[in-house]
Amino acid sequence: MAFRKIIKPCGFHCIKINNLGVAFGEQTILEDVNLHIHCGSLTAIIGRNGAGKSTLVRAILGEINHTGNIEFRNTENGVMSSLKIGYVPQIVNIEKTTPLSVYDLFESYTGNVPIVFKTRSEYEHVRDALSEFDVADLIDQSVGTLSGGQLQRVLLAMAVHDNPNLLLLDEPVSGIDKNGMDDFYNKMKYLRANRDMAITIISHDLDYVYQYADNVVLVDKTVLASGSPKKVFSSDEFKNIFGEVRYE
Amino acid sequence: MSSVITQLFDFDFMRRAFIAILIITPLFGMVGTMIVQKKMAYFSDALGHSALTGIAIGVIFGISNTSISMVIFAIFFALLLNQISRKGMSSKDTLISVFSCSATAIGLAILSRGGSFANYSALLVGDILSITPREIISLVALFVVMLVYWLWAVNRLTAISIHPTLAKSRSISVHAMEDIFAVLMALLVMLSIKWVGILLINALLILPAASSRNISENMREYAGYSVLFSVFSGLVGLIVSYFTDMATGPMIVIVASAIYFCTYIYGKK
Repeated sequence: MAFRKIIKPCGFHCIKINNLGVAFGEQTILEDVNLHIHCGSLTAIIGRNGAGKSTLVRAILGEINHTGNIEFRNTENGVMSSLKIGYVPQIVNIEKTTPLSVYDLFESYTGNVPIVFKTRSEYEHVRDALSEFDVADLIDQSVGTLSGGQLQRVLLAMAVHDNPNLLLLDEPVSGIDKNGMDDFYNKMKYLRANRDMAITIISHDLDYVYQYADNVVLVDKTVLASGSPKKVFSSDEFKNIFGEVRYE
Repeated sequence: MSSVITQLFDFDFMRRAFIAILIITPLFGMVGTMIVQKKMAYFSDALGHSALTGIAIGVIFGISNTSISMVIFAIFFALLLNQISRKGMSSKDTLISVFSCSATAIGLAILSRGGSFANYSALLVGDILSITPREIISLVALFVVMLVYWLWAVNRLTAISIHPTLAKSRSISVHAMEDIFAVLMALLVMLSIKWVGILLINALLILPAASSRNISENMREYAGYSVLFSVFSGLVGLIVSYFTDMATGPMIVIVASAIYFCTYIYGKK
């Protein structure tokens, strides 16, 4: 495995989402969303289908217009800088016959060398980034033939290779088995400990959220409850949506 | 045999046609890879048909050089199609077909006024043998512009074709990239439509890339084979059309189709 500099989370960087709202025409999708995300912590966003979770992600990414604002600040000295986001989508549909190798995919999103060429230095750079997620040997494989778990690792490697401040993930709902999910969350634990970034996951699996998340945010049009898993999972709002479930 | 081939170049028009094909076909092979990757076959087809409307508009306004009105209308049409497909109201291919049909019908109606369509029917199949040296120079300029743009944009366009939101998260201006691509595609189609013909231009854009896709596993193979197939079809088509005394455009497409079926069968193995 390639040498990679470990950057301990400093605990001072934070992302504040203030009064965020999204409306499509007359329809209000999100309103008055307030969130506070720290580096070195794993925040899970949960909610029923259609609660606006994906819309929240798209608003944070700047893909859709929103009201309110998103601040990125350093609480130690208050200097604000622009927020760099690493994003991993929930589903990436790639046809089996797509003539793209993993290298091409990686480079198309992150590199300036036209992918009709392949330079040794870029190739090594991509291979290093992939090796952190144990997929370096897939570099020449065609992306259409990757399994769901393999593709997700490649996308993760792509998202974190240039040290974003915020890693934003849409948890995959299909194509990943139990082992894959365990791997995925262990990787999150690893990133939380070894990178100076805040991790936010849109999650659909409450068991994993309970086990791994530092903070849970229950969303339905707005933030209904937030705090430790224990606190949120025992709240009335949670029980109204997911029913009475016991988590240990 | 060699004397038969050199005999081709005794004619100025054949020499010019050769040069024109050597300029146009690599561009078609290159741009085609992205049209197929971005599933824009309908889009480029509609663009080709909009040429008729552009010419008709030129005729109405009494512009002597209808190529200008054709290019301007095609650019407008391409941007309009982009804008409409972003609204996501109806399914994209249906919507594009509707616009394509309307544009074709309006163009045909106006150009056929007083039974004069025969003047324009050459446009349907194209005639590469009539290309002039000045027109070749404009193709060279287009070639340079497209090549520079291509090297700059190929990563971003590929990224957008796989997942627009992910592309956006990496600070790629999705809409701007798509619009620039559409405008350059409009230029390429309009500047070559006189030589290739409205009916066949889409075949030349799609076939080499589709053939290459049958056998490619990465971007280098994809672009390389596509350009190779395109140039090969162009040259063989021209030579065959010379000896058989048939139109060049259709002959090029026949060769390109044959390559498609061969790669399809080979790729299945």
